[in-house]
Amino acid sequence: MAQGSLTMTERDGAPQDSSRRDALPDAEGRREPAEAPVDGVVLSEEQRRRRRSRSVAIAVVLGALCVLFYVVTIVKLGPAVLIRPL
Amino acid sequence: MTDVASRDYAITAEERPLDGPSYASVSDYLALLKPRVMSLVVFTALVGILRAPGEVHPVIAFTALLCIAIGAGASGALNMWWDADIDAVMSRTKRRPIPAGRVTPGEALAFGMTLSVGSVLVLGLLVNELAAALLAFTIFFYVVIYTMWLKRSTPQNIVIGGAAGAFPPMVGWAAASGGIGLESVLLFLIIFFWTPPHFWALSLYKADDYARAGVPMLPVVSGPDETRRQILLYTLLLVPLAMSPYFLGMAGLAYGVVSGITGAMMLALAMKVYRLREGAAATKACKQLFGFSILYLFTLFAVLLVEALHVPSWLSGLGS
Repeated sequence: MAQGSLTMTERDGAPQDSSRRDALPDAEGRREPAEAPVDGVVLSEEQRRRRRSRSVAIAVVLGALCVLFYVVTIVKLGPAVLIRPL
Repeated sequence: MTDVASRDYAITAEERPLDGPSYASVSDYLALLKPRVMSLVVFTALVGILRAPGEVHPVIAFTALLCIAIGAGASGALNMWWDADIDAVMSRTKRRPIPAGRVTPGEALAFGMTLSVGSVLVLGLLVNELAAALLAFTIFFYVVIYTMWLKRSTPQNIVIGGAAGAFPPMVGWAAASGGIGLESVLLFLIIFFWTPPHFWALSLYKADDYARAGVPMLPVVSGPDETRRQILLYTLLLVPLAMSPYFLGMAGLAYGVVSGITGAMMLALAMKVYRLREGAAATKACKQLFGFSILYLFTLFAVLLVEALHVPSWLSGLGS
């Protein structure tokens, strides 16, 4: 197969991505695959660690963006936001 | 199954499967933002924000600064995406994430485009449209006009392209005031005329690198002597221009004194570069000018920043 490409295997009539099973935790909560994948890309420990750090960074940035939008909204509204007809 | 998983992390660009799992770490993505360039952009933009007339809420000022920083970083990522072939053959840049094989060009392009669009949109939505338009133009100028067009086609690349690096204080000024003032134009001109002596000093002792990469820098095309002459001419224009905020009453006595002293030192180093043309002494003079030029610009803007934050009455009285 082509090096580095994700392989889709036909099983029960539906395409399956064997690498997806890596993301599912097993019964003990570990993120190791329950069984060895039939085919496809298997990430090394280093790649897995780096992917996780990238995911955490994206989460932090998105969280910070939410906080920024919230704070700027409050600043732009100003104290007059509470002065309105009931 | 592929053998990607069994590979050691130490890979070369040739071995790196372009469509395989990413090897990029967070620090590689941060490196794409050119943090050192970004820090100078943030600093000059902060001066623009603080010297602009009128009041700006600290949260809005912070947001503007963040967007300018991200926009500048996005430009850097797009520059590295386009120039990966050049970076790979230059000693100064061959360890960057793309030529080192840790980030694919596609990842860098997606990262740069996402941050470019995001920074402009957020600046427009949360601060003002003029600042967002100026930031968008800055990114366009740096990536398309400088990186894609001028850099590989003319020895005047960094003269015209220097405008991209000169815009941040103007963007900061526009973010804080909603307009473009004469002082912000002066700040733009100072960085604009500072860029050629700064980069040409570097390119004089890195000329072999630029020649090997096929970049038509002035020393490669016109020779080191012409480059030395142009460095001196631009420095002669730069020094009085850098002092003009004081003479026009826009800056205080402290700025006048500092810009005079550091300007004289800058001119002395440019003359030294012009005079010493061969051997280790010539290379040392170029390195001194390159290093001092950074300190020169930083000092000028630092004094403007301090004056904007607090100007003793006796200094401001003498300055106007």
